[in-house]
Amino acid sequence: MNRHYRYRKFVEWANWVGMLCCISITVFFLVAILGYVIINGASSINWDFLTALPVPAGESGGGIANALVGSLLIVIVASVMALPIGIGAAVFINEFPSHGAGRSIRFLAEVLTGVPSIVVGLFAYSMVVKPWGGFSAFAGSVSYAFIMVPIILISAHEALRLVPDSLREASLALGVPKWRTIVGVVLPVSSRALITGVVLATSRALGEAAPMMFTAFGNSFWNLNMAKPMATVPLLIYTYATGPYEDWHRKAWAASFVLLMVVLVTSVLTRAFLRGKSNE
Amino acid sequence: MNSETYTMEDSFNSAQPVAVEKVAAASPAADTVRMRVEALSVYYGKFHAVKQVNLSIRTNKATALIGPSGCGKSTFLRCLNRMHELTPGARVDGKVLLDDQDLYGPGIDPVDVRRRVGMVFQKPNPFPNMSVHDNVIAGFKLNGTRDRKVLDEVVEKNLRGAALWDEVKDDLQKSGASLSGGQQQRLCIARALAVNPEVLLMDEPCSALDPIATAKIEELIHELKERVTIAIVTHNMQQAARVSDYTGFFYLGELVEFGETGKLFTSPEKRQTEDYITGRFG
Repeated sequence: MNRHYRYRKFVEWANWVGMLCCISITVFFLVAILGYVIINGASSINWDFLTALPVPAGESGGGIANALVGSLLIVIVASVMALPIGIGAAVFINEFPSHGAGRSIRFLAEVLTGVPSIVVGLFAYSMVVKPWGGFSAFAGSVSYAFIMVPIILISAHEALRLVPDSLREASLALGVPKWRTIVGVVLPVSSRALITGVVLATSRALGEAAPMMFTAFGNSFWNLNMAKPMATVPLLIYTYATGPYEDWHRKAWAASFVLLMVVLVTSVLTRAFLRGKSNE
Repeated sequence: MNSETYTMEDSFNSAQPVAVEKVAAASPAADTVRMRVEALSVYYGKFHAVKQVNLSIRTNKATALIGPSGCGKSTFLRCLNRMHELTPGARVDGKVLLDDQDLYGPGIDPVDVRRRVGMVFQKPNPFPNMSVHDNVIAGFKLNGTRDRKVLDEVVEKNLRGAALWDEVKDDLQKSGASLSGGQQQRLCIARALAVNPEVLLMDEPCSALDPIATAKIEELIHELKERVTIAIVTHNMQQAARVSDYTGFFYLGELVEFGETGKLFTSPEKRQTEDYITGRFG
């Protein structure tokens, strides 16, 4: 009895230590990446870096203003495209299951999340850039949207699945048509999870450099025209980091830091907003 | 034919023109039929859940449906406002007449049916994204009505109607989910009443509630009969005896016996009914 008890205590202790190791490794790498970016990047950040245009190699100063604005613009346009498609598809497969297509659509979405982003870039290149006859920010948005749709679809599908059927029934039993039930009950009830999914997809897209090589291409100057090539932060990081100049490397770190901060601030703000919403 | 066993012929005899019915409904002695179910069968895939049921639900009375779990009483109830259609694989045969109109007839929209035949569910299900106030008028809001003054009146009238007003009048803007279970269920009753249904279906409305909350709902059912016709499913025979005027006993998908509640519980016609109400099975 006593020996058995000691054995069980040992198993519990061993499991506990095992889990502690796993957590430590996870947290270590997270903190290490964050710390590395902050240490290397934060020192090169100044107001000029955020508001000035890039300068030719060799000159001092200059910033990434055009890439920052470009990235945000391209991601916003991508969200405008991906959000209705992703959520609409999730509503379709969850609220109209009798069509039977739901399982295959969900499976396809899961496969799509695994498609390498460089392949997505090539796809957007052949679908938009070639017919259009040139690189454009819009093509970049299409490639980002392509990355975002399956992420939004899967997270939205999970969110809608969590809405209890009893709420749908409550609405339908009041003589409310199905589409009004979806718009007035199902979507508002799941709104927190829906927003979280969209933010996740946006953050994911914001950091993708590969698709930008074949689509938005990059630009050293100011451009707000979606039909023209546009600079983006991830591609700028790639260019600077692989370049030969010490100054470029510093700027690549600084740009990484800025990108990280944008993602961090967005998710913190979203959480704060959602928490405020739940206290209503 | 025995007058206590309710059949099709019986229902035809008591069906009356609408004008007469309105006058008659005012006097408690009058016994008119609001809903008539004829040869109703329900299938889930191959499973025959409800078998050839004939039954009438009388105006401004409470009709209770009792029986052991799985006997088809809830399925039957959900057919009365076409809610069962939401269950994949469910199929229906037969007629459900509301004021002589077949709810399963061609061209009848289930959305309209549910506006006339409201429902209260087993578990209280207020909308968590809405306040107490908005929950009551959810039927209006979700359908796009926004006249604030009218709606505010609807809120007070129906919260009073559901005996909830005094408890929540200072917290109308709180979330509907913040109320206690019993209050939530009365909120759901207020919500169902707000759209002025002719019939209110209650699917074991007290099974998730404590005895005090249950007593409040039962008391409420007596008051509600003035306004609406009630059909209530319960697995609690004492409750059926307390709240209903008529009772139907379901067993294995069949309506074994139907009659006045007092009669059914004191001198049932069928052996199965007697065995069930005396606790010999079920």
